[in-house]
Amino acid sequence: MIYQAPGNIAEAIRLLSSNNQQIRILAGGTDLIPQMHTRRVNPQLVIDIKKIPETRSIQFIDGSYVIGSAVTGAELSEHLPLQRDWPGIVEAFDLIGSTQIQSRATLGGNLCNASPAADSVPALIAAQATCRIAGPKGERIIRVEDVVISPGRTSLQPGEFVVSFTLPTKHARSADAYLRLIPRTEMDIAIVGAAACLSLNEEGACQELRIALGAVAPCVVVAEKAAQILVGTRLDEKSLKQFSAAISAACRPINDKRGTIEYRSQVAGVLACRSAKIAFERASRNREGSLA
Amino acid sequence: MKNHVKAVVNGEPVEFLCEGTDTLLDVLRNELHLTGTKEGCGSGDCGACSVMLNNRLVCSCLVFGSEVSGADIETIEGMSKDGELHPLQQKFLDNAALQCGICTPGFLVAAKALLDRQPNPSESEVRYWLAGNLCRCTGYDKIVQSVLDVAADMTTGERR
Repeated sequence: MIYQAPGNIAEAIRLLSSNNQQIRILAGGTDLIPQMHTRRVNPQLVIDIKKIPETRSIQFIDGSYVIGSAVTGAELSEHLPLQRDWPGIVEAFDLIGSTQIQSRATLGGNLCNASPAADSVPALIAAQATCRIAGPKGERIIRVEDVVISPGRTSLQPGEFVVSFTLPTKHARSADAYLRLIPRTEMDIAIVGAAACLSLNEEGACQELRIALGAVAPCVVVAEKAAQILVGTRLDEKSLKQFSAAISAACRPINDKRGTIEYRSQVAGVLACRSAKIAFERASRNREGSLA
Repeated sequence: MKNHVKAVVNGEPVEFLCEGTDTLLDVLRNELHLTGTKEGCGSGDCGACSVMLNNRLVCSCLVFGSEVSGADIETIEGMSKDGELHPLQQKFLDNAALQCGICTPGFLVAAKALLDRQPNPSESEVRYWLAGNLCRCTGYDKIVQSVLDVAADMTTGERR
């Protein structure tokens, strides 16, 4: 295997377009290296994108955060403005792995590994994040939800890679949240993950809500109909009950060692309610802050 | 094709050649003969191979040797200074916080990384920070207690 660490996007694309049959992008390596170890993948060329400046920075440009695809979990958690404005995305990534894994694992890697149980992906999708993709035909911007097309597969074309993510401009009366359930308190893979991103109207009722669910279908489920139930409410118990049932109905999970179809569907309803409530409380605080 | 890599390990400049698939763990043990860093699972689950890479705690089995060009690496071999054990090393001995010892270098490197950032952690903080280090002998209590003891010693100024 040949290791290359290009210093800019053009050089990376040139390498990616070379005739090696098996090429893999290396960001944090926390998925790739174990996969190579067990010979699930056997690349002839590994392209480390961490020397490309655009993949390694968190910037605030024209009111939006632009986060490099090779920014690590530890760096996300240490970025206080990001933590304040997008707590759901930061807490979602922070749930992944150990301290050691947080030092290396990246936002782009979590997306492109294309696991149905990836924790940061529902949070990015709920937030309506987009990603900048570079490739031999130029650059394109696509929604994060259009990247993963089935477990382990992405819509990226040969020679393309994710450079960075852009979060939308944050509404003053909005907030996000993410919760997941695992069989123990640390170091496991989600049975269900539920992200909520919510904004309030001037009176403090829910104006917009996006719910994205992980580990309950081959790809992240954006539960639009269920979210609509809470729009216009202040998340009263009756609406939440209806919402919870609609979330469970939107799930298409599998039975496996971590949970059954019934269990996952029910837990998704419960977690989506709790995530929506946390996002609602955070947004209410932000609304009060913006009035003060 | 071998890569020629220059880095700094425990304050000393080093140079080595490595294959693309060689991990930092392979390089430390087989090229630099720093065998204090242990291989447990080889998949980033057990933390036995923990080292500091540019001041970040990582599993050296999840880093390619070729990636560390220009990097600053600290291993368990750099923990004692001038023949004197680090307070964590001494406390692990005093409290018998090890049995077979395979996990110990990783725990020590990880615990030092915590205390360097947070000199006065709660028990929960210690347990969460060390969640990526597995020990199949001790049941963890003596390890966690040792870290808390050293933190207490440091805070009251008994050491350092």
